[in-house]
Amino acid sequence: MSDTALTSGILAGRLDPAELADNFTDLHPVLEDHEALVAADRCYFCHDAPCITACPTDIDIPLFIRQIATGTPEAAAQTILDQNILGGMCARVCPTETLCEQACVRETAEGKPVLIGRLQRYATDTLMAAGTHPFTRAAPTGKSVAVVGAGPAGLACAHRLAMHGHDVVLYDGRAKAGGLNEFGIAAYKTIEDFAAREVEWLLQIGGITLQTGKRLGRDLSLGDLRDAHDAVFLGIGLGGVNALGLEGEDKQGLRDAVDFIADLRQADDLAALPIGRDVVVIGGGMTAVDAAVQARLLGALNVTLVYRRGRERMNASRFEQDLAASKGVRIITNASPIAVHGNGAVREVEFEYTDDALTATGQTFRLAADQVFKAIGQSLDCGDLPDLDGRKIAVTGAGRTSMKHVWAGGDCAVGGDDLTVTAVAEGRDAAMDIHATLTAEG
Amino acid sequence: MADLTSTFIGIKSPNPFWLASAPPTDKEYNVRRAFEAGWGGVVWKTLGEAGPPVVNVNGPRYGAIWGADRRLLGLNNIELITDRPLEVNLEEMKRVKRDWPDRALIASLMVPVNEDAWKDILHRVEDTGCDGVELNFGCPHGMSERGMGSAVGQVPEYVGQVAHWCKKHSDLPVIVKLTPNITDIRKPAQAAKEGGADAVSLINTINSITSVDLDLFSPEPTIDGQGAHGGYCGPAVKPIALNMVAEIARDPATAGLPISGIGGVTTWRDAAEFMALGAGNVQVCTAAMTYGFKVVQEMISGLSQYMDEKGFASVDQLVGRAVPNVVNWQDLNLNYVAKAKINQADCIKCGRCYAACEDTSHQAIAMSEDRVFTVKDDECVACNLCVNVCPVEGCITMEQMPAGEIDPRTGKVVQAEYANWTTHPNNPGKCAAE
Repeated sequence: MSDTALTSGILAGRLDPAELADNFTDLHPVLEDHEALVAADRCYFCHDAPCITACPTDIDIPLFIRQIATGTPEAAAQTILDQNILGGMCARVCPTETLCEQACVRETAEGKPVLIGRLQRYATDTLMAAGTHPFTRAAPTGKSVAVVGAGPAGLACAHRLAMHGHDVVLYDGRAKAGGLNEFGIAAYKTIEDFAAREVEWLLQIGGITLQTGKRLGRDLSLGDLRDAHDAVFLGIGLGGVNALGLEGEDKQGLRDAVDFIADLRQADDLAALPIGRDVVVIGGGMTAVDAAVQARLLGALNVTLVYRRGRERMNASRFEQDLAASKGVRIITNASPIAVHGNGAVREVEFEYTDDALTATGQTFRLAADQVFKAIGQSLDCGDLPDLDGRKIAVTGAGRTSMKHVWAGGDCAVGGDDLTVTAVAEGRDAAMDIHATLTAEG
Repeated sequence: MADLTSTFIGIKSPNPFWLASAPPTDKEYNVRRAFEAGWGGVVWKTLGEAGPPVVNVNGPRYGAIWGADRRLLGLNNIELITDRPLEVNLEEMKRVKRDWPDRALIASLMVPVNEDAWKDILHRVEDTGCDGVELNFGCPHGMSERGMGSAVGQVPEYVGQVAHWCKKHSDLPVIVKLTPNITDIRKPAQAAKEGGADAVSLINTINSITSVDLDLFSPEPTIDGQGAHGGYCGPAVKPIALNMVAEIARDPATAGLPISGIGGVTTWRDAAEFMALGAGNVQVCTAAMTYGFKVVQEMISGLSQYMDEKGFASVDQLVGRAVPNVVNWQDLNLNYVAKAKINQADCIKCGRCYAACEDTSHQAIAMSEDRVFTVKDDECVACNLCVNVCPVEGCITMEQMPAGEIDPRTGKVVQAEYANWTTHPNNPGKCAAE
């Protein structure tokens, strides 16, 4: 145990650089050639395969695995990217255990699915390592489309539109493109600057002008965009973070998990990143797990993830929960925060046990905390939008909003899970609908 | 544990598993290791004439095909007969036989087709104390270009002639090893028998090119950018070998002629199948080359357990047991009706049966929205393709329809009586057959 391990407070350098480097290596290293062939051999090439049905982007998984098995991973990558231009990132971050691999018949047969996610990464990494971009643009259509938000939905939409010959201006409020891929996912899932490299590779299609630092509602207005372009796609994600609604929520040491993750992802030196000794993460989704695990990997001594409902209701998959547990994160379920204690800075968080209906039990407990991360969901934080359905933009069909020539997809729009792969599917499908609409209008 | 002792044309061995004449039996060192591992006998790698030995290529000798997980399914080779001096081989054989008297040691021979050459080699090998000779009329590459190996095996007259010389000039039991690279395997077998051979062994390897290097545009194995056809063996050739063994076993002209079964024997089960089709023992090569000599221990325990389960007191009770059931197509019972049945509890819903049946067969499997696969009895012809493509063993079975029921495909009542094509009303030759 290092000298700083027991020091309370939010400190940098709890672990030495070698330990940090080791902690933040690839969660699943890319398969070696031999491993890929062995893994590919297990695919049964099912008819109307259940894995395809389970994939939000409908990747022809048996075909790409057969292409790997026959020594053509580049062709496999093409099969993947035809459906999902962010197939490289999805191979890293998809909860395959609840999607394709859960549906795999070998999960049924032996409890061991074909390693679809890792095979997908093998194929896409092979192609990207070659530095080639296997798509070309159609003849220019003369149409211009604004894509707002350079996250998974926006990138997928922009690429597909560019491929069909439209000119795309891709706006993003941040200084870098990538959205949650770049700012919101655990570092060990996307090492070596993969998100940025993937964006760079994607833009090789041409016809996409990236404008960063342009945020809707701050630097851009929807009205202006509609005037300047033939169509608009909104892939703005959920920029706001839900508040706990507790007294003392403004105490020092309490912050949004998404900001912590973004700081970590953009940090040049993990040793310079401060982390608490006793960290409490409130929430039960992927963001909560990503924050909790990374807090441990940075050297926090005690990390507790507290979720207000039962374990089976957690949005984080079982795999993610087990990953957290294996990294030493304690998971407490059926407990809601009721107070943040401390004098200026947070010292303890008080919880009350609740049942799945969130009925209070009257039994409370306190957790020592010098740092608290909130991960209880995000929300739209932008006005001047098409009609909402609840807290998201209402859409029909392939992302059509209440406004003419305005489409939306990804986390900001109603429908689907808030997953990278779902956002890609929605962005892609909206692009096809925009293309069809603009083509029909001539 | 069942008694696996084998007596094949008078040659005793503790079990019916012999190593075939091939690289594993080329040297004293290998053969001693084989006997230590438990092999019942060894056919020493083929000996040639005295004098300068043959030379082999100095590049790859083997090509292969693989199944899932790179399981070796077929191997081909372009190796020749032993490339070590005859005298060295003979001395080693003598030493090994002296130390392992209970194991069978057979000398495989290949010399040009003239009586003196055969007479000379026979006298030389007799000195080793070996239990018999096997005449290599099978090797399909290299030696055949010099008028030996399969060049002899493909001409029944030569086969009979050489067998005759060998019986004339030696008292050793003579096994004639047959090449499968021939249209009708029964002809050389008949010739061997007529020539006086005590047994035949088969199959030798099959002419083959395993693959092509698509950068060099050369067959594999590639020697300096070129390849020659080689001899194919291993699990992939077993079906061909089984058929040829059965053809000889059920041919009236050769019925009862002892057969040493060769060709893809990999497990005890393969060995038992060869023996059921008439082989008195089996010879193994590729399995040993793939997994080492220890595989014989599974063959021994497996065959022993099987014989215990069947109540066979000796291997002879297994030999030939399936031969009466090998018939011509026209003898098959056309009144036998079966239907595929999918066991839903075992089904993993891969849909391969559906794809196979829908695309390439009789559209006899239904697929529901939730991926439940069921057989349409009114379309199913019981072709067995679904059984063969199903990844789960035993999930799909063929169930015989009882006599008296109506076959929903034909609308006809299933008949209890045996009736084959020779009496079928659709057979234009029906009268002639009667």
